[in-house]
Amino acid sequence: QIFINNDWHESTSGKKFPTYNPSTLEKICDIEEGDKPDVDNAVEAAKAAFQRGSPWRQMDAPSRGRLLHKLADLLERDRVTLATLETMDTGKPFLQAYFIDLEGCIKTLRYYAGWADKIQGRTIPVDENFVCFTRHEPMGVCGAITPWNFPLLMLVWKMAPALCCGNTLVIKPAEQTPLTSLYIGSLIKEVGFPPGVVNIVPGYGPTAGAAISTHDSIDKIAFTGSTEVGKLIKEAASKSNLKRVTLELGGKNPCIVCADADLDLAVECAHQGVFFNQGQCCTAASRVFVEEQIYPEFVKRSVEFAKKRLVGDPFDARTEQGPQIDQKQFDKILELIESGKKEGAKLECGGLAIEDRGLFIKPTVFSEVTDNMRIAKEEIFGPVQPIMKFKSIEEVIRRANSTEYGLTAAVFTKNLDRALTLASALQSGTVWINCYNALYAQAPFGGFKMSGNGRELGEYALAEYTEVKTVTIKLSQKS
Amino acid sequence: KIFINNEWHDSVSGKKFAVFNPATEEKICEVEEGDKVDVDKAVKAARKAFELGSTWRTMDASERGRLLNKLADLVERDRLILATMETIDGGKLFSTAYLMDLGACIKTLRYCAGWADKIHGRTVPMDGNFFTFTRHEPIGVCGQIIPWNFPLVMFIWKIAPALCCGNTVVVKPAEQTPLSALYMGSLIKEAGFPPGVVNIVPGFGPTAGAAISHHMDIDKVAFTGSTEVGKLIKEAAGKSNLKRVTLELGGKSPNIIFADADLDAAVEFAHIGLFYHQGQCCIAGSRIFVEEPIYDEFVRRSIERAKKYTLGDPLMPGVQQGPQIDKEQFKKILELIESGKKEGAKLECGGGPWGDKGYFIQPTVFSDVTDDMRIAKEEIFGPVQQIMKFKTIDEVIKRANNTTYGLAAAVFTKDIDKALTFAAALQAGTVWVNCYSALSAQCPFGGFKMSGNGREM
Repeated sequence: QIFINNDWHESTSGKKFPTYNPSTLEKICDIEEGDKPDVDNAVEAAKAAFQRGSPWRQMDAPSRGRLLHKLADLLERDRVTLATLETMDTGKPFLQAYFIDLEGCIKTLRYYAGWADKIQGRTIPVDENFVCFTRHEPMGVCGAITPWNFPLLMLVWKMAPALCCGNTLVIKPAEQTPLTSLYIGSLIKEVGFPPGVVNIVPGYGPTAGAAISTHDSIDKIAFTGSTEVGKLIKEAASKSNLKRVTLELGGKNPCIVCADADLDLAVECAHQGVFFNQGQCCTAASRVFVEEQIYPEFVKRSVEFAKKRLVGDPFDARTEQGPQIDQKQFDKILELIESGKKEGAKLECGGLAIEDRGLFIKPTVFSEVTDNMRIAKEEIFGPVQPIMKFKSIEEVIRRANSTEYGLTAAVFTKNLDRALTLASALQSGTVWINCYNALYAQAPFGGFKMSGNGRELGEYALAEYTEVKTVTIKLSQKS
Repeated sequence: KIFINNEWHDSVSGKKFAVFNPATEEKICEVEEGDKVDVDKAVKAARKAFELGSTWRTMDASERGRLLNKLADLVERDRLILATMETIDGGKLFSTAYLMDLGACIKTLRYCAGWADKIHGRTVPMDGNFFTFTRHEPIGVCGQIIPWNFPLVMFIWKIAPALCCGNTVVVKPAEQTPLSALYMGSLIKEAGFPPGVVNIVPGFGPTAGAAISHHMDIDKVAFTGSTEVGKLIKEAAGKSNLKRVTLELGGKSPNIIFADADLDAAVEFAHIGLFYHQGQCCIAGSRIFVEEPIYDEFVRRSIERAKKYTLGDPLMPGVQQGPQIDKEQFKKILELIESGKKEGAKLECGGGPWGDKGYFIQPTVFSDVTDDMRIAKEEIFGPVQQIMKFKTIDEVIKRANNTTYGLAAAVFTKDIDKALTFAAALQAGTVWVNCYSALSAQCPFGGFKMSGNGREM
């Protein structure tokens, strides 16, 4: 149901929509479908909760932090339930949901709980006899639109800094995966957040999502999803009320393996880097550049890894790869795989769906990939690893940077100079050296170029959820 | 002419446009009119100057700071010329242009020069056996669209921090006032900035300006101007390549005067806060809320103050108010004045045009203004002062915040509790206490709500 003012509501229209388990293709349950009137109700509640003098506005900052800590405690208490829901709703392997997704959620909540009473402005030495200081105030009502690949984690990445800074929220989880976000509604109420501080409206993008991005009373919107929709959101924000915008979008992330790298480490990291979460990561290492000398050996070992990857029921402890999220994604990935074959890449293994198994695709490796092929340019979001060859550092910098994306990049080398040169030269929001997907609450994450605007995590996220006010007071004399 | 790669170019189309003196309505000269093709050339030059390994990219940060300081020196050397240009092109009072505008330009350049080698990232204690640090890298090619009310100051507010952080820029000055920006081109070359780091393309909004906001190879656009155009720019950024956007837009800033204020100071600050530069300021204190007990006295003293004005050619000493910038603004302001009269506000003085040449408007004061009148809601951008009455603190906070704008606000009171309550409660990017328009390079400046996105300075 829809969560507004700490209560559960039916949709204004009476409509519902189903949510499915992608590994069995069975319906899990029906969800109330939110649309513009429900978003309006949620925004009213969030606005009221943000009024001067409201319980949330009056609350001391350390108390906000304690509430976030308590929420983390409840996530820990209900960790098995949440991981199970996440697995059923997304198809991700249960052990990954439990150890990675839920771990990230709990740690991120605790990280921002710690920041709540440290949102500091500055005193500024201005000319003449004035006292000048800045306040970092909460922005107000924040809209958050979250994706289906890491439903709970992406929600916490937005909720934690937003609440830490004193904002109120209207959240629209992805229509494919609303369950864990709705469960968290009940935890938010249990913890004791005042009504209206967090509101959750499940629904579809073009209806509920658009209602949020065009809403005149929403002060800021944060979106994680495709670059295509990210552009629509920024446009809608401009057309309506110039709401502030943070976007975390797609990537076609280069993974550069130099001849002097630790080869086993590089192969394994590149493998996990692209296949993790069924390839459904914005950080997917979907362009692997390998220095000529070690190319054949790298491809050989990568294929071995890919062939060993166990695809199956996400609740089976041995499974490493579950199903893709839905038919639309499934079809798109297979189409891109076909394009790889047609455009002349060498199919080393995989390349098809698993027969009679619904949305499962075999881990696929392409070698002899060239930069102009679709699989080297478009975001696949599936278990497909394109491996390319390079000769020199200048060449690979140029090729790695020639994309409109710029989310992450990785470099494998033992050479200090090469590592730091590449770290400086790569146009990416995150550069990993001798590792992949090392993501923690402390380090800021976000995209260069069309991979996004702004940063999540770290201290930097605080800037996305505060508005700076400068106060200048005249004194009779200078001090 | 158009300034690209430290050279002067004709427009590709061959078109030129005229620039006028708003005090005399005479043409000053013609300027090459840049359009999309010229913007493309400028962006290419800026992109090349930003390439890895270029002179600008490999320059030490401290050296960037030195160049900004040298530029400040040159602006100081040519202060008289630049002030004269601003006056003739912008209708600004000469003494104001020389002392205030040029003063701010020089100080801002020196302030940002000092930051150049202090752009710090952080080391971050991440979980696991990792060493993590952040780099604060230049964004890249920045498009900057400048308004006509403070042409040179707004130009500097944009290029100084951009260059300080290592970006390259493509600037489009306002079509009404391109002269001082173009002069800066020659100083930028003289200071020794590498070619392509600063490029200046004069032209019109729907052509050159739109080319910038839609450009697929510009990484960020910064705009100062009206909220209406600001929305178009952010939209274009979303439609094209998700370029980062900073906006400094309009305001309808509240100025709140309590009975316990120093009345003389309040009247003076409220007056200057509105009438400065013929009312053409985004921070104009265009809604003055006066506490009931002192309302009549405040209105009386404000009228006295406004009547003392001498209008005339801004180059002449002894003139206190110059012309509005152009015919379009002139007509819009007169139209809003008429609406004030029609909707029932009390016209205390002024209320019409002045002189037979140039876009001059008499300093105008309205009292008994209510919140629903157009003059209380719409940004006038002219010498028209609205004075309203209020009774209680909660009432005036609500009324002050009841606008889609949120750029600045002020409160006059001797009571510390009132002062700090308002500082917290007002939805404005800058709140002044017992003063108005106190701005310096050190303070961040920007809007809440629809007065903008992001902060300058």
